[in-house]
Amino acid sequence: MFDFISDYDDPTLLGAFWMTVKLTVFSGVGSLIWGTLLAAMRVSPVPLMRGFGTAYVNIVRNIPLTVIIVFTSLGLADIFGVTMGAPDDFELQGFRLAVLGLIAYTAAFVCEALRSGINTVPVGQAEAARAIGLNFTQVLGLIVLPQAFRSVIGPLANVLIALTKNTTVAATIGVAEAALLMKEMIENEAQTLLIGAVFAFGFVVLTLPTGLILNWLSKRLAVKR
Amino acid sequence: MTSVLYDAPGPRAKRRNVILSVVFVAVLALALWWIYKTMDDKGQLEWSLWKPFTQSEAWTTYLLPGLADTLKAAALSMVIALPLGAFLGIARLSDHRWVRVPAAVVVEFFRAIPVLLLMLFANEFFARSTDVSSSDRPLYAVVTGLVLYNASVLAEVVRAGILALPKGQSEAAQAIGLRKSQTMTNILLPQAVTAMLPAIVSQLVVIVKDTALGGVMLGFTELLNSRGTLAANYANVIPSFIVVALIFIVLNFTLTSFASWLEGRLRRSKRSTGAVLGAGDVDDLNAAEVGGTYGTGADQ
Repeated sequence: MFDFISDYDDPTLLGAFWMTVKLTVFSGVGSLIWGTLLAAMRVSPVPLMRGFGTAYVNIVRNIPLTVIIVFTSLGLADIFGVTMGAPDDFELQGFRLAVLGLIAYTAAFVCEALRSGINTVPVGQAEAARAIGLNFTQVLGLIVLPQAFRSVIGPLANVLIALTKNTTVAATIGVAEAALLMKEMIENEAQTLLIGAVFAFGFVVLTLPTGLILNWLSKRLAVKR
Repeated sequence: MTSVLYDAPGPRAKRRNVILSVVFVAVLALALWWIYKTMDDKGQLEWSLWKPFTQSEAWTTYLLPGLADTLKAAALSMVIALPLGAFLGIARLSDHRWVRVPAAVVVEFFRAIPVLLLMLFANEFFARSTDVSSSDRPLYAVVTGLVLYNASVLAEVVRAGILALPKGQSEAAQAIGLRKSQTMTNILLPQAVTAMLPAIVSQLVVIVKDTALGGVMLGFTELLNSRGTLAANYANVIPSFIVVALIFIVLNFTLTSFASWLEGRLRRSKRSTGAVLGAGDVDDLNAAEVGGTYGTGADQ
């Protein structure tokens, strides 16, 4: 019944899901960093940075991820010549471009989650920090963000789960991840339902534990007020 | 604008802010200059590539039909997903375990799966098991995938909307002797729908964005797919991407603004119970947490 799985070795079923995991991890770390920077910009004392942060989030959130990912390949790579340090290795280049697109998109959501977390930190915390003479970077970095992060683990977990599912969009530029393998399999094999079930199961396995673990963590780490 | 995060700038802080602004502008200008220069080198700024967008042909042949298909798929998905989602959401609130549990399994399953997988599967299913013509199939597949996913998201919205209503509503309904089904259809659902409106509108943005997936993966002739045909005809890759992205931004920004306007209006309204499910609440919906502070507007 599962014979067809062994017919595919470039990539194998596990290999394709490994690619999904790699896309998720690299994009997750990248968008956490870029999203935090964007959130810092959006609450910073410099009006220009605030404006940039707001504009970035509003523009990127309203463009379909598919448009962004396809653009990284047809626009960035083909026209702008951004080959991501792999001009000849198209597999690696596609992977890196997809990660770049996913970071650009997901960071906007990380930024918004963090910003709402910053709003949950009581005003007195920042006031006390300012009263003892800390400047903006210190107030944000030492007092506010550490508390904000702990209160947004739940929302960030949802962003991470959405990101895991969004990595399938990388299939549009030919990254050999799970959705692309499923497309190939389902077109060539007779067992439509079985293939659908196998891939669905794979994503349930990836997203369900993430949600459970991070939710547990968010309850444990939440700042008790 | 002052913030609690920093003091009102004194002379030194003002100077530092100016320096930071200048550095930031310099970096931004450098990036823009690089974009400009590369586009110029590759001939992407030539007027002949932009000219089509000032003439009617590019719009009537490619962009507008593409946009129409995007909107058609999005509208169909929303119209079908809404009643289905309401049904699933109410089923999850049932007092009977044998109704509640299967509904929860269906909702959690379809929420855990990427919408692209659902589209690919639906496409193959329609090709093999039905006689939907191959020209209609992409639309059917895209709508099926979007309906399955969004019905389960909307089920959570409906559930949260009903749970967000003050307890007094259902207690009062019980006190005057209404049945459970009457309480739901006459008292809770009408109020929940009002509370959910902003969340539903912002879910429409997600649907519009997801139609683009069908364009690339299934050959559905929506906006992004039409961009490909257009760019093949006029050889204007970058201009066509910019125009299509702008159309999406304007469309979705309008929807988002409408959603937050609705949210504000509902929150201010004296006639409502004050329960409003805002745009941001949809992302935060979580099985474990619905019924807590979500949707009450208290956490914002």
